[in-house]
Amino acid sequence: MPTKLNSKQDLEALQKELANKRGTGKPLITVCNGTACHPYGCAQVIESFNQELSKQGLENKVDLRTTGCHGLCEKGPIVVVQPGDIFYQQVKPGDVPEILSETIVKGNIIDRLLHTDPITGSKVVHRQEIPFYKKQKRNILGNNTEINPIKIEDYIAIGGYTALAKALFEMTPEQIIEEIKHSGLRGRGGAGFPTGTKWESCRHAPGDIKYVIVNADEGDPGAYANEGLLSGNPHSVLEGLIIGAYAIGAHQGYVYVRNEYPLALANITTALNQAQQLGLLGDNILGSGFNFTVRINRGGGAFVCGESTALMASLEGKVGEPRAKYVHTVEKGLWNRPSDLNNVETWSNVPVIINKGADWYRTLGTDGSKGTKIFSLVGKINNTGLVEVPMGIPLREIIYDIGGGIREGKKFKAVQTGGPSGGCLPESLLDLPVDFDELTKAGSMMGSGGMIVMDETTCMVDVAKYFLTFLEEESCGKCVPCREGVKRMRQILNDITEGKGNEEDIDLLERLSATLADSSLCALGATAPNPVITTIRYFKDEYEAHIKEKRCPAGVCKALIHYYIIEEKCPGCGLCVTACPQEAITSMGKKKPVVLDESKCIKCGACYDVCKLGAVGKE
Amino acid sequence: MITLNIDGREFKAEEGQTILQVARENGIDIPTLCHHEAIEPYGACRLCIVEISKGKRTRIVTSCLYPVEEGLKVKTDSPRIISNRKMLLELLLARCSKNKVILELASQMGIERPPFKSEYLEDNDCIVCGLCVRTCEQVVGVSAISLVNRGITKEPASPFLEPAAACIGCGSCYYICPTGAIKMEDRKDTRIIYNWKVEFKLKKCKVCGNYWAPEKQLEYIRKKWNLPEDFFDICPTCK
Repeated sequence: MPTKLNSKQDLEALQKELANKRGTGKPLITVCNGTACHPYGCAQVIESFNQELSKQGLENKVDLRTTGCHGLCEKGPIVVVQPGDIFYQQVKPGDVPEILSETIVKGNIIDRLLHTDPITGSKVVHRQEIPFYKKQKRNILGNNTEINPIKIEDYIAIGGYTALAKALFEMTPEQIIEEIKHSGLRGRGGAGFPTGTKWESCRHAPGDIKYVIVNADEGDPGAYANEGLLSGNPHSVLEGLIIGAYAIGAHQGYVYVRNEYPLALANITTALNQAQQLGLLGDNILGSGFNFTVRINRGGGAFVCGESTALMASLEGKVGEPRAKYVHTVEKGLWNRPSDLNNVETWSNVPVIINKGADWYRTLGTDGSKGTKIFSLVGKINNTGLVEVPMGIPLREIIYDIGGGIREGKKFKAVQTGGPSGGCLPESLLDLPVDFDELTKAGSMMGSGGMIVMDETTCMVDVAKYFLTFLEEESCGKCVPCREGVKRMRQILNDITEGKGNEEDIDLLERLSATLADSSLCALGATAPNPVITTIRYFKDEYEAHIKEKRCPAGVCKALIHYYIIEEKCPGCGLCVTACPQEAITSMGKKKPVVLDESKCIKCGACYDVCKLGAVGKE
Repeated sequence: MITLNIDGREFKAEEGQTILQVARENGIDIPTLCHHEAIEPYGACRLCIVEISKGKRTRIVTSCLYPVEEGLKVKTDSPRIISNRKMLLELLLARCSKNKVILELASQMGIERPPFKSEYLEDNDCIVCGLCVRTCEQVVGVSAISLVNRGITKEPASPFLEPAAACIGCGSCYYICPTGAIKMEDRKDTRIIYNWKVEFKLKKCKVCGNYWAPEKQLEYIRKKWNLPEDFFDICPTCK
């Protein structure tokens, strides 16, 4: 660990020294150590590299770096070899000796570990040529692959904390705020409020004691963009926070991170301690006279605590309940003092803007939404993972070019953006440019960056019911429309999926939606109807099929479907007989079709999934 | 002084007042269930929503919380407000389908029955307005009860659903509850508050012999105000 830095010059000298050390010219193996790669066994791969390097006598000839999330989570564990930018995916510990002996020593490519483009079916050697990465603009996530997140030396070596030094020594707080305002940066947590304006209001709010807060309580099902950033590059968030604190005039900061993110929590804690040891946090930062300390608070897992006022209540040790924001939190926030809260991704945009300038930043994006946005691309898509794209990119490019299209050649049906209270957008809107305003106009929202892709086997009424069930459980219960309204909407949706819906239900859902949107206390209730409103708007035929014909077109809603054996296709192999947990299928002997007893069938679909001959029908 | 317009009429108001305060001072009726002037506004029942406009922008706010502003235009009964308020009451009625207060309010709005299937209607008295909890904390100062759980399971309760140890039996929760959800009974020399599973011995007046207040409450007041030991031996009527 380097010694404490007392000046800008100290930081520059250290950066030069560390950058020189990096440029050794040795081959470099980078292994993703992100959260999504862990269940695939990246820890064992890293261990295997360590053992094998010494076994083959290469430990001083090759650099090994474990990093944060690389993004293409679908294909983890990911290994990248330099020079050559060679990208290996789904690497097992058993592949490691060969990577060293073949690729490192002899320079040969191992074909079976290469990425196959799901669209063209061709193999790709270099990371930058993989379509998943090609169309991305990884301004924020890019450094994830360049550094070990628990080494501050790595972050400093690639220019980390130079934005802080620039802010502290070359800019006044007003100039910083002006720069952020000019950049057009809008809050990445969901609402898209202009960040610079928020900082300015907080700076001008009366009061000596002010707070800055990192909202790392990402609770949307399927979203982990903030996790990938906080665990993969925690110093970038911290650097943004310190710059913001200086600009606003705050001396105390908080990171509110959900406890379900153990890696992010561990890495931000390590980053905090390292920054403190180096004098980048604490008293007299880099000798500038600016004092700032940060505390980490763990969230207990309530979705509503991602809402700013609920988060602040939770920080105060109270129940995480929102309050009305007629007096803004920048004036009266945490402990009734001026408080600026921004999302993880917003904070990590700050050093980039300060370093490269607002004019550069503004060149990316649309009129109303500048810069890039990170999305968790998940669902029925080939390349699930974290992607960073310029604002304004059409949904189609994210889903087909970056995401590699729909799995198993199925047909696209809808994409949901913005988390559980976002909207489901249909195929006709695939050319919609993704920015704050366009998504809102279409009835969805940016949210914190969830993007869930659904295919033809998804029932949209069932999807709406799923999200409403989530929100019913996560409503804090304080206000009537959210507590009672979401429950009633979920009950109606439940009835529709069970064939008990009636024709007035759609009207009633729309009336309920209007009241929730108008009269809820916070955004959780106000946006809760979005999945319902958008599925009614874009997929009304599915609602009508459920209600009028008692039919689920996607074949999902159990009460409305039944399974049957297509006798002419069934050779009586008996696979389905074994798979059926209810013993509802009886074998009638070899080469004779099996018989399904519908009275015993629980519609689990095990027979349908196991039959490769298409002899089980569903309607 | 601030000038604002409510339902087409101009009113003067002090800075820091809420729309609801100004409306009520001037005889304009806005319904509320979770509001009480002795307690900090909370904004849970949402019945007091009004439509406000500043310049071109129109939005819906809760009048119990929104501070008045110069030039603000307020509509307390626009079609949008009425339609939302009606749905809010329908939601409350579905939860409290047999509660007299809610039935009465609903009938004033022209609601005969909630638009939900009868099998889903509930017979609850509590609307989770939190007035009992907030009174206990802000007025009585003992915080014997709190709101527990989240979402549809949220309810006022004693700690760990055991007898509320800090309760002094004052009954403020009972008196302030807008829907009669708190069940309290004085049986000769004993007060029972069923919701918090507590019983209190009542003090007997030395003059008239009537039981007039819980001993624990009187002891709490006596200590708080440093009153002599025999201060509450005689009831207020006999004093």
